[in-house]
Amino acid sequence: MKRFWITSLLFIGVIALVAGGSSQAQAQNKSVILATTTSTQDSGLLDILIPIFEKDTGYFVKTIAVGSGQAMAMGQKGEADVLLVHSPAAEKKFMEEGFGVERRLVMHNDFVIAGPAEDPARIKGLKSATEALKKIAAARALFLSRGDNSGTHAKEKAVWKAAGVQSEGQKWYQETGLGMGQTLNVAGEKKGYTLTDRGTYLALAKTLKLDILVEGDAVLLNIYHVMEVNPQKWPKVNIEAAKAFADFMVSAKAQDVIKTFGVDKFGSPLFFPDAGKTVENLGK
Amino acid sequence: MNPVRPPVFEARNLQVIKGGSLILDVPSLVISEGEILVLIGPNGAGKSTLLQTLAALQTPSRGEILFRGQKIGADVPVLQYRRRLAMILQEPLLFDTTVYHNVASGLKIRGMKRNEIDAIVANTLDRFRITHLKNRSARTLSGGEARRTSIARAFATNPEILLLDEPFSALDPMIRETLIEDLEKVLHETRITTIFVTHDRMEALRLASRLGVMNAGKILQIDLTSEVLHRPANEFVASLVGFETILGGEVIRRDNETFVASVSGREIEAIGDAVVGEKVSLCIRPENVTLLTTASANPRNAINAFEGTVEKVTHMGSFRKVQLNCGLQLNTYITNNSFEALSLSKGTKVVVSLRPTDIHVVRQKGRLSFGT
Amino acid sequence: MDLIIEGIIKAFWLLVSFDPEVLGITLLSIKVSGTATLISLVIGISVGASVALTRFPGRSIVVSLINTGMALPPVVVGLFVTISLWRNGPLGFLGILYTPLAMIVAQAVIATPIVTGISLAAVQQLPAKLRLQILALGATRRQMVWILIKEAKLSLLAAIMAGFGGVISEVGASIMVGGNIKGYSRVLTTATVMETGRGNFDVAIALSIILLLLAYLINLVLTQVQQRERPR
Repeated sequence: MKRFWITSLLFIGVIALVAGGSSQAQAQNKSVILATTTSTQDSGLLDILIPIFEKDTGYFVKTIAVGSGQAMAMGQKGEADVLLVHSPAAEKKFMEEGFGVERRLVMHNDFVIAGPAEDPARIKGLKSATEALKKIAAARALFLSRGDNSGTHAKEKAVWKAAGVQSEGQKWYQETGLGMGQTLNVAGEKKGYTLTDRGTYLALAKTLKLDILVEGDAVLLNIYHVMEVNPQKWPKVNIEAAKAFADFMVSAKAQDVIKTFGVDKFGSPLFFPDAGKTVENLGK
Repeated sequence: MNPVRPPVFEARNLQVIKGGSLILDVPSLVISEGEILVLIGPNGAGKSTLLQTLAALQTPSRGEILFRGQKIGADVPVLQYRRRLAMILQEPLLFDTTVYHNVASGLKIRGMKRNEIDAIVANTLDRFRITHLKNRSARTLSGGEARRTSIARAFATNPEILLLDEPFSALDPMIRETLIEDLEKVLHETRITTIFVTHDRMEALRLASRLGVMNAGKILQIDLTSEVLHRPANEFVASLVGFETILGGEVIRRDNETFVASVSGREIEAIGDAVVGEKVSLCIRPENVTLLTTASANPRNAINAFEGTVEKVTHMGSFRKVQLNCGLQLNTYITNNSFEALSLSKGTKVVVSLRPTDIHVVRQKGRLSFGT
Repeated sequence: MDLIIEGIIKAFWLLVSFDPEVLGITLLSIKVSGTATLISLVIGISVGASVALTRFPGRSIVVSLINTGMALPPVVVGLFVTISLWRNGPLGFLGILYTPLAMIVAQAVIATPIVTGISLAAVQQLPAKLRLQILALGATRRQMVWILIKEAKLSLLAAIMAGFGGVISEVGASIMVGGNIKGYSRVLTTATVMETGRGNFDVAIALSIILLLLAYLINLVLTQVQQRERPR
């Protein structure tokens, strides 16, 4: 009987401890919580940038990949130290309400409207995104929305508004509530249209049955900013680390990585570095 | 000078109340060193409750128990007290491990050293003839082996008191027989104070030095076994100790030592102090009812001889139970051989006779006080 | 079909090549879920046995709460643990949100009612007289509880399997409180969700196969023990 207990308890104990290693909680002031969007994580860019930052500064970055909306909500509650997001209108509000310290332009890429090759709404090649959405609505063609308050979702809602279409609640308009990658998969399987950032689309293009149908409209620019959360609102925010990360993102070193990221895999870069520029000059 | 040693147990005003009803009510009970007290009674008589109360497994609602003069739970802590007794219940309730570890369990609980345990367990296994089962899993034991193991487990701790609650009732007759024999032997060797609860009369008679009869939470009679057996205090005790037939009657006349009672119109002579007009119960054991064929008897000359017919015959193995109707309902047991010799069958006319000395008289005291 | 075969090939490759990232993720899964199961065993068996062995007013309410807890949705646990562990939440001073420790806490919260419920039932179904017998052997209450737990060991193995199986395959709470941080709090389930999102279905399938294999191996070992102990 004794042997029995030793076997079964040790068994659990041993498997629990074999792993060892990396999981001791890092010293508080050396770790920084980065709340960012699924698109930056899914593209793989952060997997390259963050190790460089950690190596240079000794900080440990906890990347929490959520929608831009949730990322900013975390910032508003002081649950994140620094944000890397792409929802300009919400970001401006965030800064105006004093939740952020500084908002700096990091990079951009663009959104595209992807859809099935059959293109039932006949939008392929249109120059105007609003025009394309109007045609999708008119054709009552299936459109899949993220529906998760992410930056992409915010952009999509803005374009629907510009097109003057009340899309929400329509039968042909479905919200997935999922990240960009999964929403693209759903659109591919259901032969629907969706608005996506180019980076995620390119990362998944191999397995997707979706084509880029509309691109290049200025309204479709996808702009990423980095913002430190205001420690005056939330004293627990690690402002030194947040500032170090934000500085790093606009540094020449990071900007160089961004410039070339994805070229080897997709033939073209996924993001365009924009440190020091202004939004008004983008896409020109 | 030898100081008077206090009894092993002394219970005073013991009462157990459960769910609002009184399930045990023992005003006084004394158990002395080395005796084997057997408690018999039907299910629900309170035997097990009394045993559990004596084992301090049940707290009495009222009253107290002294163990060798010390109050349990006050003068002697319950745990310490429990470690001086052993209890064997109806089921073996062995632990899911080997026979060795089962027998060792009480010793381990007492925090004994390993080498001491080894020696005691080896000895105990040998004593109960289960050394060959030492490393067997308890789950693979037969009923008899399991019972032996559980008895060995109880004896391993060298208890001062042994409490047994119907330990043999779930066993085959053959296994039961050898087990009782072995237990009898060990009890006589160790002279351990024992309280044994059973509803089996034969078991009780074999082991008991004193016999207690319980019903409805009360001890109806407690005395030397022979006393209870031959002089049951009331009809209930009588029926439980083997008086199968109990006839109610009224004393119609009396002589020096004998009286005659009228029972359903028949006159039966018995020995006792009952006065004329008193109601009495006449208790008769079937083995004391003698059966004669009409040819070999003259009923008119004999005392307590009645003519009757065989009503029913039941096979009971080596003997038969014969129910007779002779104006009174009487039972008797006869061997198969006698049964054949008498060539009995249903309806056969017979003569039944009873010796007055074999009739146990229970006087109905309420009426007695009215009469005198 | 191609995708599944590709996934299996990839899984095989990741396994035989001891890909350090996959290995790290696997070991972390084992470590987090194993530790959470251990914690849940200590708490669950104690509480389960205590409730099984005592009578107190409101006991049936407690028992039904435990049984409800057995079906506690992991995301609900994840949500409440996250909120409590927020920097500015009631337990924020601990500073453990987005750490493996937080995942252990959440998974222990998920597994504890499962282990408690099964232990409760296991101890309760032992013969009632067994308790009398153990006490009559001179056991203290603590010794009695320990012996009863040992008597219920076969059912308690089922508790270990159910508890560990529940938490190693759980994703909702882990992703919320752990954050799926690369090389730090990324476990098999959260990595699978993420790789699916990235369109790396082959890697996702590979991770799923490792997860299945792991769950299978652990149950295999425990079932072996259980069968060996079973009455013939």
